Amino acid sequence: MVGAGVVGAACAYYAARSGLRVTVLDRGPVAGGTTGAGEGNLLVSDKEPGPELDLALLSTRLWRELAEELPPQIEYEAKGGLVVASHEEGMTALRDFAAAQHKAGVTAEEIPADRLHDLEPHLAPGLAGGVHYPQDAQVMPALAAAHLLRAAGARLRLHLGEEVTGLLTGGSGEIQGVRTASGPVHAPYVVNAAGAWGGELARLAGVALPVLPRRGFVLVTEPLPRVVRRKVYAADYVADVASGSAALQTSAVVEGTPAGPVLIGASRERVGFDRTLSVEVLRRLAAQATALFPVLAGVRVMRTYPGFRPYLPDHLPAIGADPRVPGLLHACGHEGAGIGLAPATGLIVAQALAGREPPLDIAPFRPERFASAA
Amino acid sequence: MPLSASEAYEPHEPHASHEPHAPHASKEPGEPYDLAVIGAGSAGLAGAVTASELGLTVALLDASAHVGGQFYRTPEPALGAARPEALHHDWAAFADLRRRRQATGGITHLAGHHVWTVARQSDELWAVHAVTGADGAGERPVRVQARAILVATGAYERQLPFPGWTLPGVVGAGGAQAMLKSGLVLPGRRIVVAGSGPLLLAVASSLAAAGAHVPAVVEATGYLRYARHHRALAANPHKLLEAVVHGSALLRHRVRLRTRSAVTEVHGRERVEAVTVSRLDGDWRPVPGTGRRIACDALAVGHGLAPQIDLAVGLGCATRPTADGTSALVLDGHQETSVPGVWAAGETGGVGGAQLARAEGELAAYAVAARLGVRAPRTESAHVARLRRRRDRMRSFADAMARAHAPGPGWPEWLAEDTDVCRCEEVTAGAIREAVADLGARDARTVKLLTRAGMGWCQGRMCGAAVACLAAGANGAAGAAGVAGAAGADGAVAPPGERRPLAVPVALGALAALEPGEPPEPPTSPESNDSPRSPESPKSPKSPVEPDR
Ligand SMILES: Cc1cc2nc3c(=O)[nH]c(=O)nc-3n(C[C@H](O)[C@H](O)[C@H](O)COP(=O)(O)OP(=O)(O)OC[C@H]3O[C@@H](n4cnc5c(N)ncnc54)[C@H](O)[C@@H]3O)c2cc1C
Ligand SMILES: Cc1cc2nc3c(=O)[nH]c(=O)nc-3n(C[C@H](O)[C@H](O)[C@H](O)COP(=O)(O)OP(=O)(O)OC[C@H]3O[C@@H](n4cnc5c(N)ncnc54)[C@H](O)[C@@H]3O)c2cc1C
Repeated sequence: MVGAGVVGAACAYYAARSGLRVTVLDRGPVAGGTTGAGEGNLLVSDKEPGPELDLALLSTRLWRELAEELPPQIEYEAKGGLVVASHEEGMTALRDFAAAQHKAGVTAEEIPADRLHDLEPHLAPGLAGGVHYPQDAQVMPALAAAHLLRAAGARLRLHLGEEVTGLLTGGSGEIQGVRTASGPVHAPYVVNAAGAWGGELARLAGVALPVLPRRGFVLVTEPLPRVVRRKVYAADYVADVASGSAALQTSAVVEGTPAGPVLIGASRERVGFDRTLSVEVLRRLAAQATALFPVLAGVRVMRTYPGFRPYLPDHLPAIGADPRVPGLLHACGHEGAGIGLAPATGLIVAQALAGREPPLDIAPFRPERFASAA
Repeated sequence: MPLSASEAYEPHEPHASHEPHAPHASKEPGEPYDLAVIGAGSAGLAGAVTASELGLTVALLDASAHVGGQFYRTPEPALGAARPEALHHDWAAFADLRRRRQATGGITHLAGHHVWTVARQSDELWAVHAVTGADGAGERPVRVQARAILVATGAYERQLPFPGWTLPGVVGAGGAQAMLKSGLVLPGRRIVVAGSGPLLLAVASSLAAAGAHVPAVVEATGYLRYARHHRALAANPHKLLEAVVHGSALLRHRVRLRTRSAVTEVHGRERVEAVTVSRLDGDWRPVPGTGRRIACDALAVGHGLAPQIDLAVGLGCATRPTADGTSALVLDGHQETSVPGVWAAGETGGVGGAQLARAEGELAAYAVAARLGVRAPRTESAHVARLRRRRDRMRSFADAMARAHAPGPGWPEWLAEDTDVCRCEEVTAGAIREAVADLGARDARTVKLLTRAGMGWCQGRMCGAAVACLAAGANGAAGAAGVAGAAGADGAVAPPGERRPLAVPVALGALAALEPGEPPEPPTSPESNDSPRSPESPKSPKSPVEPDR
């Protein structure tokens, strides 16, 4: 398993539980990549019917099970999400969206304007209404990754600080392990869980997988008593407030955390692995958050940090065996949903390694689907 | 209302002490300044004054209400301190800078401005973003534009934890000095001074002179180490003199100096009642059985200073590990950082004291003026050459001091498992060791993620050094953050390498009130059309939202 982010950790956990011996390698620490910069929203609310929603629904169920098995430190909270609309027009769109989701298995309950404040007392006045999504949940990503690895038990070996520099292959091109600076690690299967660097790892194996980084900033405030109870975001924010900036790739999700700080995230930009702070991104996130919760205006942001989402051109992850290289599997490219989608991804990979049927149709996630484009 | 470039502070700026412009240094409203200086301590003030004398328009921003920085703290007038200079051995230099500042008149002093980031606007234009108010809580964002930046943000005190360090009555050594200088209050009546670094002697003699009883100064290294770098000492007679002055003051007040020792525990229920002082071996490990109790009601402790370089790091300026395990900016002979257009002076380039800071500030000003095409009078060239020689001499002395006071790799043995290392979030040494041993943390950043150490108010400025050591120490030579011993010849701890994109906290309201800028992903970008969640995306025409999924 190359990568000790949340995806690699979930793959390792399910693989070890199914009886396999697993070695996880990472060039850094556990959760040192994008997992350590993510927010931990486990959302179904934002996903339209389709393969990603199916994956999210399976993951939602698996996260609930994991919350029973892993220690409480992973901070799993089934807090629910609330999507609000500020105009009647936006509300109509949201209502239609929710109806389609409902058919696909999402629990969604419309909240009329006069009941919004029962759910979130500090919401701005004058909103048109919203939809409550009780299946949306929350986890602390870095701790979740660390405890998944720990719970994998004695069948798991963790090699931290070891970069994979090449793949070992046999006479007919089949995988035999990986190469690292401190020597080879032999295994008949290698899983590419290298997140935003998954494209580079694929290249080491001689195949193309166009994973690219998409930057996002998260704002973290000073600790507060609970002023935000759920995950709250605006459905029609883009059209409504930030007029003239239709390309804004942001819809700030505002939420409280058990430790007190409010998290506000996140932006999306394609600027490579550039860590430079963007003042404009901060302005927009802050403007959106304070538009939803005016009480936050006087609250101070303590820190902000960038992360790099691993994305593929069609915004779906690559999961499963790569027919081009026998023994190579991929589990990367989850973009802004990798925390949420990690357990379902891990289960699919474990089933594939054991030669069992996948828990759902994985054709949309075929890693070779970009081959012609490349 | 966001305020941009000029309107932000021009005639009606409430916090700016707006001096009449010298004829050669006037700025049209809306024009950027030639130079924005961040930090009005020794370095920044010297830089601003010199630049202004050379004819540049200068904005001088500082979080505090007064100029002078950490060294020249001015007591509040209400306290009625008759002679603040009595606590400073170098007041004349400061008085001279203040006089020159009045005389040039071309400096716009923006007091009470907390700078949270500096952004590049173009190759030749920078935007300094600040919030105002006593503690930055004011919601008014201010943006100052300038053609060049001088980062002179000084340093903060480094702490290494030990059992009991969070008890009331334990204060920072530099903090005690600062309290004394600006408020003229003592943290206690019987004060032990401990830690490491040249500041301890200064602090002890100030405390003693102000009437406190100082039963001991406890220094972790032996001053004999200075002898090894004796050439640097001989070249810096001023420092020697200072040491002699402090030494004799200490003698007069009967202060005992205990070298190669450390306070390894603080005792007391409500507040400090006593400390245990233990002998240390060469690696700063306590020697068993050497602990001695000293009664006291306060402990002033510090392990040197760490450069405050968040703003510069945010701009991408390169850093170097210092001999005592902190990070400082990499500077060229003209005080310029690795980012052209950004200069630095004073402690940001490595801790070296107020005199060095002044020399560097001045040199930076000459370099900025030259870059902006302002030629200094010919008569100045000898002066600049002299300044450079003095700077080089003082720098090499500062490096020697840093080497001598580098924390030894054995200091974590002072810690008990239940000692809080991060006091903001109350994270113990045991919890950090567990995160490293069992959860796969290998550096300060992942320790923070897995334990919350460093996530509180101080953002890891207090515990960062300790956390980095614990993370690195436990995973051997391969540690990503480096290991004890890797950074300095004397077993210095590795710098934590933390990034803080926000140099100070900023209210959401202040961020929201900024002037709208370019969209992060302009509409013209060909890539921006293929987002699944943007309304115009062909893939998901219905989806109205795009949060992180
Ligand atoms: C600002 C932001 C907010 C987000 N919010 C959410 C959210 O709320 N909900 C959600 O579900 N998702 C969210 N995401 C997305 C989520 O964080 C990612 O999808 C997820 O963390 C990806 O996990 P991963 O394990 O694939 O990658 P990573 O965590 O990046 O792990 C990959 C690992 O591979 C290692 N690696 C790479 N190459 C090599 C090599 N050659 N040898 C050895 N090791 C290697 C790296 O060191 C790294 O540790 C957010 C992302 C960002 C940036
Ligand atoms: C607590 C403390 C006590 C000290 N006591 C002594 C002593 O007794 N004797 C001695 O010889 N040396 C002392 N020093 C060392 C002293 O700081 C230096 O010798 C000297 O002040 C260095 O000057 P400087 O200009 O580099 O930094 P400083 O004098 O520290 O000036 C830096 C200035 O930058 C400002 N600043 C920093 N960040 C921001 C920001 N984000 N926005 C706006 N403004 C900002 C600060 O408010 C400060 O005024 C002390 C240092 C500290 C930290």
